[in-house]
Amino acid sequence: MSSKARSRSTTLVVFSTAFIVLWLIVAAFPFLWTVWGSFKVEADFFSRTDWMNAVTGPVTQARTGSAFTGAGYHGAWVEQEFWRAAINTLIVTVFVTLISLTFGTLGGYALARSGYRYTFWILMAALVFRAMPHVTLVSGYLLPFFQLNIWGILPTTIIVIVAINQPFTLWMLHSFFLSIPKDLDESAMVDGCSRFQAFRLVVIPVMWPGVITTGLFSFLLAYNDFTVTAMLLSQENQTMVPKIASFLGSTQAEGKVMYAVAAVVSAIAPLFLLVLFFQKQIVSGLTAGAVKG
Amino acid sequence: MPHRTFFKFIAPSLFVMLLFIALPILSVAYQSLFIEHEQILVEVENCGPFGCEKELRIDTEAMDRAMEESPMGRFNWLGTYANTSHLAFAEVGAIWRDSDGPVSALRAMLNLPFYKALIFTIAYTFIVTPLGMVLGFFVALGVNSIPRLLKGPVIFFSLLPMIVTPLVGSLVLFWMIDSSGVIGANLQLLLNDPQLSLKASPTLTWVTLFLYGVWHAAPFSFVVFYAGLQTVPGDTLESAMIDGASRWERVRFVVIPHLMPLATFIALVQLMDNFRVFEPIIGFSAAANATSLSYLIYNDLRGSETPLFGSAAATSMLTIIGVVILLMPVLIRTWRDFNRKV
Repeated sequence: MSSKARSRSTTLVVFSTAFIVLWLIVAAFPFLWTVWGSFKVEADFFSRTDWMNAVTGPVTQARTGSAFTGAGYHGAWVEQEFWRAAINTLIVTVFVTLISLTFGTLGGYALARSGYRYTFWILMAALVFRAMPHVTLVSGYLLPFFQLNIWGILPTTIIVIVAINQPFTLWMLHSFFLSIPKDLDESAMVDGCSRFQAFRLVVIPVMWPGVITTGLFSFLLAYNDFTVTAMLLSQENQTMVPKIASFLGSTQAEGKVMYAVAAVVSAIAPLFLLVLFFQKQIVSGLTAGAVKG
Repeated sequence: MPHRTFFKFIAPSLFVMLLFIALPILSVAYQSLFIEHEQILVEVENCGPFGCEKELRIDTEAMDRAMEESPMGRFNWLGTYANTSHLAFAEVGAIWRDSDGPVSALRAMLNLPFYKALIFTIAYTFIVTPLGMVLGFFVALGVNSIPRLLKGPVIFFSLLPMIVTPLVGSLVLFWMIDSSGVIGANLQLLLNDPQLSLKASPTLTWVTLFLYGVWHAAPFSFVVFYAGLQTVPGDTLESAMIDGASRWERVRFVVIPHLMPLATFIALVQLMDNFRVFEPIIGFSAAANATSLSYLIYNDLRGSETPLFGSAAATSMLTIIGVVILLMPVLIRTWRDFNRKV
């Protein structure tokens, strides 16, 4: 739209451009700095004498013969077995996303199509559940899980994260299914389909955009979770985030903080790619909740 | 949809929510009424080459028996809630009796672990939420005015602080702000104060955590406001201009009212998320100067050798009450809207 109402004075353009540039530096620079620094040795990245050392890496050069070193990554992935944590994260996120979406689409569809009063109460209860700090719930599981002897394993964690995700998934898919016209599945039912058949044959083929968007957020919630995974997983089953937290205690003391830096960069990389490829879906997902909910 | 079909569809979802969200709340309520068994000590005679000594030891057998008889521990009714590490009624009473003014009394209350965490959590929630929204709003206004070609990359980088794992994001900032990191070291040089560090004073720690919070929260407000800006009616803007409204007046009287419903939604989501602030405290190793309610529970369960289930459960119950108070206005409003509709 190039109408006059949207035109701007020069000072304002300069001011707002400067503001955006400043914001971009604040938002992105920490990550670029850490990615760059993860290929240096500790004396360079945490240089007390001159911050330019982290950029040029004189100590790295002196010690390894090149300005970049993969020592941090080697230490984290091989020595500290970060690959194990990466595999665990993969298992947890894939299963959480799949199960969350299966339960969520069924529930969200039912909530969007039923006109009874109790749907309101279920959605309200989900809102309250969504607000519960996760750590309060975990303190409720811990003792029963110890007694049932199911503490520390991946399946327990997966189902717990699925449950914690469920209120959010339900809300999101509920509002998505509301945007699919009712007539679609109802005409299928007039033609003799049962509710399940109508869902399977008519609704499932058109629901993928909403499901993929919701799936992205389920994935993010599972990937970023620290509370549940830190409390419910035993040492050898740890996922990436609690593993990084455990680096802080043990390896930092031994002067191996670069292991943690490398692990942190390794954990950021998949998220970077995710935003790169799914930016549109993430943005639309964030706004869908606001516009419809 | 008939009731039966409805419940068939929603059963799996409802089942996991009841089992892993509703039931744990009850379990926490029950656990909070118990405390751990006292250590049963026995006197044993320890004879060595230099004579015999009497020594107190923990009687593991008797402890095991007690654990088997009542695995929850001893029944304590509401005792855990009243003790020093929770509501601390006795201490609070003493503080208010002995102090010379409300300010010094509040300062003294900051020494009690629960109140320290509660005050930080509330401060974090109510400082970070509005600041994050204001920053997000201005970023949205700015991004809205840049050339279309640049919008994609700008949005990409703006999303990062929110998408990245909170613990990882706080570590990334911590390594820069810490006394040997790039910002910390240069601040020391700039202010000529080699002692300056994040851990030096509680105020500094609090401010750093708030800054992290705003950094992490702003992108969400930005994205939602930015989407809202796309739907601002152009006609209204133009007629406001014809009526002589300045740029700021147009933002104030056309754009902001248009975005108001979105602001309510963002505020709700952000209040819920900021109230459970936890990861940054671990990431910034800030526990000495700032703890939150979530951190207290985590510390009870993981900090000591044996998990203090009773203590963690009592803090959890108090936190849940806090969440319900926080949500009360929203719940009441939704309830009224719903009744009007029916």
